Amino acid sequence: MRHNGLFAKAFSVLFAVFMLAPLVVVIGVSFTPEGFLEFPPSGLSLRWFRAILDNPDFIEAAWVSLQLGVASATVSSIFAVPAALAIGRGRFPGRDALQAFFLSPLTVPTVVLGIAFLRFLSFLNANGTFVGLMLCHAIIIMPFILRLVLASVTGLDRSQEQAAVSLGASDWTVFRRVTLPAIMPGVIGGWVLAFITSFDELTVTVFIVSPTTTTLPVRLFSHITQTTDPLVASISTVAILFTVGLMFLVDRIYGLDRLLIGEGAR
Amino acid sequence: MTRRSRSRPWILSAPALLLFLVLLLVPLAMTFILSFHSFSFYGGITPTFSLENYIEVLSDGYFYEIFGRTFAIALATTLICAAIGLPQAYFLSRMHPFWRSVMLLVVLGPLLISVVVRTLGWAILLGNKGVINDALRDLGLITSPIRMMYTSGGIVLALVHVMVPFMILAIWAALQRTDPATESAAESLGARPWTIFRRIVLPQAMPGILSGSLIVFSLSASAFATPAILGGRRVKVVSTTVYDEFLNTLNWPLGAAIAMLLLVSVLAIMVGWNRLVERRFAGVFE
Repeated sequence: MRHNGLFAKAFSVLFAVFMLAPLVVVIGVSFTPEGFLEFPPSGLSLRWFRAILDNPDFIEAAWVSLQLGVASATVSSIFAVPAALAIGRGRFPGRDALQAFFLSPLTVPTVVLGIAFLRFLSFLNANGTFVGLMLCHAIIIMPFILRLVLASVTGLDRSQEQAAVSLGASDWTVFRRVTLPAIMPGVIGGWVLAFITSFDELTVTVFIVSPTTTTLPVRLFSHITQTTDPLVASISTVAILFTVGLMFLVDRIYGLDRLLIGEGAR
Repeated sequence: MTRRSRSRPWILSAPALLLFLVLLLVPLAMTFILSFHSFSFYGGITPTFSLENYIEVLSDGYFYEIFGRTFAIALATTLICAAIGLPQAYFLSRMHPFWRSVMLLVVLGPLLISVVVRTLGWAILLGNKGVINDALRDLGLITSPIRMMYTSGGIVLALVHVMVPFMILAIWAALQRTDPATESAAESLGARPWTIFRRIVLPQAMPGILSGSLIVFSLSASAFATPAILGGRRVKVVSTTVYDEFLNTLNWPLGAAIAMLLLVSVLAIMVGWNRLVERRFAGVFE
């Protein structure tokens, strides 16, 4: 292995500064004792973290986002796992088209998806409902789950399944006792990535929320477009810490680079 | 194969297929139809079939400016991402494993943090009384603040931050498929680092640059949060215009027509790009 020279090291350090600067600034600003945004903060105060508690609408929005993320990632997984099993094993006519169709939410501009869902849900008089929001999120996050589950399915050794079948196990038993445990890391990885994607989603969600189903990103967005005060920074800091915690958890279970680079996935 | 095993893939994917047909294809088709309806301020939406929305968009310089700005921002973001992403991915591939995993965390971690939060960080950095302007003034480099908020340049900068991980991932994946022995061979034959980079690394990274560019361009052209927060009403792009038509003006048919034009142009650029790449680099992807 050859090593990097001074230029490469300096470049990497500058790049890391560039990547981290906006996050560091948000976290720094949230500890200000003042009533306005300042960086570096003139003192250290938890004033703006306490202020979160006085703004129940943000807490409610975070709660909606959490429920939405869990529900949509779970529903999406239930649909994605059998589809991944179908696509991942063997060739059949229409297989590539099917896979492209399931990955298509990544290609369509999100703003187009947003208005399409708005049009559809308002036609059904279901705009702003939690179920409507959840199903739309399930569509958007399906590609992430599908890709990770596909990666596990493709690497699967089928001899164990064949052994189970030859011993008289039913299809459902084979799936539950042999296949599912084998692809579980992929399912969990996909679920977490889908949860995070749903939890952070703004562009589609902003079109289809109602005051009672406003998510945290939408609440933050509408606050920021009107005014920027240290409150949005302290809430963002909590969100960053939550994500970092989740990242460490995922790294333990699945491996973060595997999750994001998608080893073996196409 | 038995009949049962032949229909099995379709049975397994039927639920997801049904979900996608009802909740993705039908809404998109309805939006397409909506773009032909007409809208009046008092009468609301009337289900007619006319091309008036498309004619309005295509005959108004205002919309050309918005589409032009959107694609210019996306192009600039793509070029800068490639310029930064190529060397960074190359350095990444040569790093000590420990530093490489640290660097990967720095590159990938921000992907998991909401774009709203990251853009807030850029708003704090770029404002007239923001961190960058304050620092430059304290250093005595400037007397009056450089305007970076509500400019296309500010949007590009923040979009590069959001998009560059995708570029690095794509290039890094391409570099991982290469044989390090080719570099060593070039070196043992007396090639200098720059020559090695240009003649050995760059051609091998090219498939990654091309696929990364496609992802970055299409995501930048349809980005919403970053231009909405950093550009506001002053620097409008296509997605923020659609948002305004739908949620402020309530002219849904016009908004739908603009969105359909965005969809078609992004898809056309993607297909054209793929064709071009396949023709020029047919051998590379074998």
